[in-house]
Amino acid sequence: MSGPTVAIWKFASCDGCQLTVLDCEDELLAIAAALDIRMFLEAGPAQMLDHYDISLVEGSITTAHDVERIRDVRARSGLLITLGACATAGGIQALRNTADIDACRSNVYARPEWLDTLATSTPIAAHVQVDHELRGCPIAKTELLATITALLAQRRMPISAYSVCVECKLAGNPCVLVAHGTACLGPVTHAGCAALCPSLGRGCFGCFGPSESVNLDGLRSAFGEIDVSDDVLVHLLRTFNTEAPEFSEASNRYRAAGPEGTTRRDP
Amino acid sequence: MSSDAVILDPRSGMQALIDALDTAGYRVLGPVLRDGVIVYDDVVSESAMPTGVRVEQGAGRWRVFQDARPERFSWTPGADSWKRFVFPARSEVLRIRRTDGSWTTGQPAAPDRPLALLGARDCEVRALGVLDTVMLGPNHPDARYAQRRADAFVVAVTCGEPSSTCWCTSMGGGPQPHDGFDLRITELSDHAGHRLLVQPGSDRGEQIMAVLPGSDAHNADIDSAAHVVQRSVDRLPVRLPGAELPALLAGSELHPHWDDVAARCLSCSNCTMVCPTCFCSSFSDHTSLDNDEAFRTQEWASCFQLDHSYLGGRPVRATTAQRYRQWLTHKLQTWTAQMGTTGCVGCGRCTTWCPAGIDIIEEARAVIGSQMVAARLQPVDVYVHPR
Ligand code: SF4
Ligand code: SF4
Ligand code: SF4
Ligand code: SF4
Repeated sequence: MSGPTVAIWKFASCDGCQLTVLDCEDELLAIAAALDIRMFLEAGPAQMLDHYDISLVEGSITTAHDVERIRDVRARSGLLITLGACATAGGIQALRNTADIDACRSNVYARPEWLDTLATSTPIAAHVQVDHELRGCPIAKTELLATITALLAQRRMPISAYSVCVECKLAGNPCVLVAHGTACLGPVTHAGCAALCPSLGRGCFGCFGPSESVNLDGLRSAFGEIDVSDDVLVHLLRTFNTEAPEFSEASNRYRAAGPEGTTRRDP
Repeated sequence: MSSDAVILDPRSGMQALIDALDTAGYRVLGPVLRDGVIVYDDVVSESAMPTGVRVEQGAGRWRVFQDARPERFSWTPGADSWKRFVFPARSEVLRIRRTDGSWTTGQPAAPDRPLALLGARDCEVRALGVLDTVMLGPNHPDARYAQRRADAFVVAVTCGEPSSTCWCTSMGGGPQPHDGFDLRITELSDHAGHRLLVQPGSDRGEQIMAVLPGSDAHNADIDSAAHVVQRSVDRLPVRLPGAELPALLAGSELHPHWDDVAARCLSCSNCTMVCPTCFCSSFSDHTSLDNDEAFRTQEWASCFQLDHSYLGGRPVRATTAQRYRQWLTHKLQTWTAQMGTTGCVGCGRCTTWCPAGIDIIEEARAVIGSQMVAARLQPVDVYVHPR
């Protein structure tokens, strides 16, 4: 083993981003040769070092213990890179942020008093300094590899923050909103997935969160033209990146503009 | 009789044309209907090309209708442009490999066959000319573009069914190509039946035409084609004074209307990506995990991307208003001084494919209409924003 020492940490998450690391099947041997992976419980390594050159962090902060642990991880890390929607925006579990946490607790668990949780799910950057973020639910293997190889060659990290629309056009996809009248978050969503859903004829679900330039009111008007209601738009915004600031501000405002269900039309 | 034109059967004649181009060594590209849109792709059989397809286009709207009619070209223009073939959306430029302490470099192989573009509309033929000026200009010729473009055979088509988004006649063209093609097809459908009138535009075109199983065209066919053109012209009102746009838009940098558009514009880049003349691209470097291989790629970029104007540590055009202004004024105003041609051919794609339904004509009219140009252009009411 050689190369920089690496740790991969998990907080509140589904493990999908860590699985994306393991999903780099053709590259795994080369990754293992290029990186000195010391901590990656999902795959085996469990060496607690005082210092890792690079920490990759999956998951959001949902307990008081998490708050302590991410500070500890930060202190042990050179570069800290977050992986995925949970770590960068709070994840789908951040839906609790606008709900009654006690009601959630007792609706879900038989013995809610055994549960130790914060009322909110927050991104890593809300607690410690983050050096680089990989978006997505889950992250894209291509972006992970591009980030690792950029670090190894000491190049600028090659993340494009433009819209998914650009990736659609690069791929040669027709716009599903224009050609089929399908509700699509692509125009406001950060690139990275290579336009996975529109390439299969579906609208974008916004897995990579807000793009560098978000105009949700503009998208709302465009949805109005294809008879997609505020309800549908709010539901689309309130998924994996529900607490991304641009998405939550808009979805809260649209929800406040009309009670749920009053304008429902299927897309 | 007109021996410099032939009449072809719309199906067997089309197949003969594809075969003749293939035999002559071309990679034949033509329109195909896929995922509800018409795009250009490799065609081997004429049956892969649309038949009886109509397309309804509007601002932010494209709908395809299929019926039993036999027409081959009753739609305009395709969703995607020929740009994708002469200037691919993503391509590798260079690859470097380290072996035993020394470097070997490789460049992607040149295409093995020249392209044949079957079904290029007038706006598309002119768009290729505009791209040529940019990509092959003396200051920075692009050798890879030159390779892809070299010897391309153009089969142009007269537009008999302009879309409501088409505005070529405002930008000095349409609906019938007059040059820049090797063969030109005009689809005829009258009392004499459904047929294709084929006319040559070059020696190469004449050579291909000579092997097609056509009959000589008659004057009645030529007259029928003129009627098709006139009918289309009647449906293509001049919507902007193309040649005067650079002067009319000059000095509009701080116009308040840019903020009005910015409230609607999503900065999504669709307009620039579907535009057949937009040429911006960015390069990026990639390395292998063992650091022994590096390669550089080029991909389409857009002035709607923040990186596009990143200078001195920040984007110069940080707001959507600035970016929309860059797009519109580059296409309709500054391009002319920069390149010596118009930047827009009036194909209407940017309007159709804008998810927000923003129409470049309406926005240009809004800016020009309230510009301080009244003294230069009387009367000005034609430029008043219609809303
Ligand atoms: S600016 Fe719009 S109308 Fe003009 S050539 Fe480009 S896509 Fe076509
Ligand atoms: S309009 Fe924008 S994307 Fe198109 S060529 Fe000009 S600067 Fe480039
Ligand atoms: S803009 Fe003119 S030349 Fe182009 S497709 Fe429409 S009618 Fe034809
Ligand atoms: S004008 Fe339309 S297509 Fe162009 S960036 Fe704005 S919203 Fe997107």
